[in-house]
Amino acid sequence: MALWRGIPGFIVRRLLLGLLTLFVVSVIIFAATQALPGDAARSILGRGATPESLAALREQLGLNEPALQQYLDWIGGFLTGDLGTSLAANIPVSELLGDRLLYSAFLMLIAALISVPLGIVIGAVSARRRDTAFDHTMSMTTLGLAALPEFVVGLTLVVLFSTTVFQWLPGVVVTEPGVGPWNYPKELILPTATLVIAVVPYTARIMRASMVEILESDYVEMARLKGLSERLVLWRHAVPNGLAPTFQVAALNLAYLAGGIVVVETVFNYPGIGLALVEAVQSRDMPVVQALALLIAGLYVALNMLADIATILVSPRLRTSLAAR
Amino acid sequence: MSEAGAAATTVEIPAPTRRRRPWLALLVGAWRQGRTKIGLLLLFSLLGVALLGPYFSPYSPTEFVAPPFSTPADFGGAGADYLGRDVLSRFLWGGRSVLTLSLLATLMGMILGTAIGLVAAYSRGVLDDVLMRAMDVLLSFPQIVFALVLAATVGPALWLLVLAVGITTTPRVARIARGAAVEVVERDFIRAAEAIGEPRRRILLSDVLPNITGPLVVEASLRLSFNIAVVAGLSFLGFGIQPPNADWGLMINENRNGLTIQPWPVVLPVAAIGLLTIATSLVGDGLSRSVAGIDGGGRSRE
Repeated sequence: MALWRGIPGFIVRRLLLGLLTLFVVSVIIFAATQALPGDAARSILGRGATPESLAALREQLGLNEPALQQYLDWIGGFLTGDLGTSLAANIPVSELLGDRLLYSAFLMLIAALISVPLGIVIGAVSARRRDTAFDHTMSMTTLGLAALPEFVVGLTLVVLFSTTVFQWLPGVVVTEPGVGPWNYPKELILPTATLVIAVVPYTARIMRASMVEILESDYVEMARLKGLSERLVLWRHAVPNGLAPTFQVAALNLAYLAGGIVVVETVFNYPGIGLALVEAVQSRDMPVVQALALLIAGLYVALNMLADIATILVSPRLRTSLAAR
Repeated sequence: MSEAGAAATTVEIPAPTRRRRPWLALLVGAWRQGRTKIGLLLLFSLLGVALLGPYFSPYSPTEFVAPPFSTPADFGGAGADYLGRDVLSRFLWGGRSVLTLSLLATLMGMILGTAIGLVAAYSRGVLDDVLMRAMDVLLSFPQIVFALVLAATVGPALWLLVLAVGITTTPRVARIARGAAVEVVERDFIRAAEAIGEPRRRILLSDVLPNITGPLVVEASLRLSFNIAVVAGLSFLGFGIQPPNADWGLMINENRNGLTIQPWPVVLPVAAIGLLTIATSLVGDGLSRSVAGIDGGGRSRE
């Protein structure tokens, strides 16, 4: 029973909950795309389809088998790396998505590496200089920016830096197959900036809120009374506790990036999984839609889980309360 | 003993002060914030453009009036779009759909989310767990991905868009409603209402709900701001309003390729959508600051 207690217990329970969530998510995606009332084959081919082509597509999609069998085939394939065959491109989905995944992962990674520390620093400094001009300016700026949809930010950047006002940076990404995303540093600037602008405001606002609370707490007062410098109090004592909620937000925002890339990649024609999803929906390429939806939702669930676990591990107060149980 | 307690509680809490004053205080408190005024000013100007715009439009939004991508210098006004239709007219017609769809989706999400949150908070136990875990599952789809999956299955349709955005709004509202209601259902006047045998539905709607309007109003403005972004985003991706209708998101989608020659059919709707989301979130922030004030004041008065 020791497994269920303390920190390891928490992690095990959290992992199990994540797996359960993923299972339910996969059932929903499957039900929405394949087992929905009505004929998936007809909705893909349209009204003008011949009976022969309908029968062939039903066979290809496995629609003649019972729903449970279809689900097991799909999820079994997913777990073994067989994502089915793209209806539009007629090649395995995994082949179609390989490069795209790399492109999206790279974009999200640099966006995260810039936005998470930037948000934490802005939030901590705002809390430290609470009610100063800096704090008020940041509060209004982050509030305004947090509200803006990604395509508004992206297109504004394009108009400003690429087409109308200045012509400094490329507004569209043109890539060659087989060339890694890191070979296009100039093309990456605007998509990355868009994602950073979309994510930093949330991280900064949450970090500020939790830091304001902590800076007023007894133990920070204690550290001040010990005669520690304000800088040491902030970064050594206050920030580590303020990080906990920020981890949650950072992970939520990374997960949000997984949705945000759909729009941002379309704005910049960046060949990642977001653009692939939009194209697949346009051409009703169901195996690709299913694979990408599960992938993005899976990423979302995994990130949330990591955030919860990281929160426990970094926050001194929660760690001791769990260990004492 | 319990009867006496119940009687005492009902006498102690006259309904009108509980139900009307928090509302007024909430609005007055929000109005005192400078950002609320700026937000409302922006919001009403954009609402004016969207609702009254069609009456001032110089051409029909679907009429071909000039060569494609005519600039303002060539054609006047804001130029022409990729098919040679008047950009200004399409802009003036294109706000209604974004507003209507995002309002409907937000309304749907608020109603469903509040209902689920209230039931979860009041019933506790297994039903609470099941409902809130179901909400967590819905939360594991980014809003736009959920809408895209449905669009892939059914095809682009407006009712579907409202449904998809409404469903993805629900869990977010449910969390807030439950969080606020959990504390209310513990209070004595709920016990009293139960004791005198009020039906569950009435307890939830006329005893619990009026006490959580503060957080719900804040959440509604926040959700509206997000939903405007999602609805406009789906239109921008081509899964919202279909051509030849005029719609801000669709205008951006249609004219993106001519950005270098004729930026106006992209710049105007981008600016309008951007300002609309900023306006709603400024109002939301004003409301939430006001709610925080009321809660603090209320506690000290009691």
